[in-house]
Amino acid sequence: MSLSALFLISFLLLHVAINFLSVISKDMYNEASHFMGYNPIIQFVMQPILISGVIFHFVLGFVLEFQNKSARPVPYVMKNSAANSSWISRNMLYSGLVILAFLGVHFYDFWIHEINYKYLTDQVPNEARYFSELVEKFKDPLRVGFYVLSFVLLMLHLLHGFQSAFQSLGVNNKFSPIIKKAAMTFSYVVPLAFIFIALYHHFTHY
Amino acid sequence: MNLKLKIWRQKDATDTGKIVDYNISDVSSDMSFLEMLDVLNTQLIEKGDDPVSFDHDCREGICGSCSLQINGQPHGPDGGTTTCQLHMRKFKDQQTIVIEPFRAKAFPIIKDLIIDRSAFDRIQQAGGYVSVNTSGNTQDANTTPINKVDADHAFDAAACIGCAACVAACKNSSAMLFVSAKVSQYALLPQGQIERQQRVQDMVAQMDEEGFGACTNTGACEAECPKGISLTNIARMNREYIGANLKS
Repeated sequence: MSLSALFLISFLLLHVAINFLSVISKDMYNEASHFMGYNPIIQFVMQPILISGVIFHFVLGFVLEFQNKSARPVPYVMKNSAANSSWISRNMLYSGLVILAFLGVHFYDFWIHEINYKYLTDQVPNEARYFSELVEKFKDPLRVGFYVLSFVLLMLHLLHGFQSAFQSLGVNNKFSPIIKKAAMTFSYVVPLAFIFIALYHHFTHY
Repeated sequence: MNLKLKIWRQKDATDTGKIVDYNISDVSSDMSFLEMLDVLNTQLIEKGDDPVSFDHDCREGICGSCSLQINGQPHGPDGGTTTCQLHMRKFKDQQTIVIEPFRAKAFPIIKDLIIDRSAFDRIQQAGGYVSVNTSGNTQDANTTPINKVDADHAFDAAACIGCAACVAACKNSSAMLFVSAKVSQYALLPQGQIERQQRVQDMVAQMDEEGFGACTNTGACEAECPKGISLTNIARMNREYIGANLKS
């Protein structure tokens, strides 16, 4: 779980960096998106690794949750879990489920659209299309609302998951306070950046 | 003070069990929690009822026998104490107190509040020992120099009394804090180096076999541990385990 988590976290950083280009420059965003969409190494090596990482993380997460639930077949009559642990650390499954639902919508919006454009309808590569497609996706306020909610839950997921990945890998030493602060900063900044990009395009263009 | 007790009663391992209500009056705030249960049991015996079965031994916080889930927390609301060290002054007059056994698939209930914690014994037997020549010419431990920091960390880990509050507190019923404390206390000392790799592999394998859940780093175990066993031990065990598997 921790290795796949750290892999997906590194991908998030790349993703937010490219998305942020859409706020800075339309042309830069189009150029970067076209590179990502047509580079054979990214398309046929990195993309399958990424999709495998996503599937692995979710499947293993569900399997672990099921195993962990079965380790206490009779529940407590009274629980006071708030006295010893944070809500999000106990409910990673639920934040994960919302993120999974978001990924379903995200794949439908972008990935399936890309596959259809490039391989099924065999349209001519058009480097100028990406920005307008992105902006179009942030038109519907309901969709933007779901996008924001998903990234708030991603933030909560990361707040526990990022630093937890290091603990699972055995990293708990004099550098741990720095790692925890860096992980916490990342967990706030990256989802907030995604939210900012969505709201920026929604309110700027509609 | 007068209290309302809701206590888990279960005749044996096959019984489904249920919560039974009891009222107890004139409880002194100076009583320990176990003394309060002693008073309740005396009243039950005088009435001809079956007394509530619960584990206890030293009653001074070092044996790890007392294992009660009190108002949803292992060993009750007071931090850094075992159930026997918990006093009734931590509760209010007319308060309702829910008392349950520690719950985990690996700890079957024997009767009422008593659970079978022999899973911990089997984990300890799987690797929680050192090879020491006890044939009469045993070397004095003080002749082996040990780094002060390592000695302190090993001693901190060895403070674990195996009460199982970590398992009871964990939403996954994970025994990682207990096992990591036992692995750490030996891994840090020169006497524990001979079986170092095999120890962590065997103890983790036994832990999994017993049916405990996995650690998801909620930190509940550390927060509820009466002996303050740190999560750094779990990280150390993870390092030991990864290293042992890479080498073997």
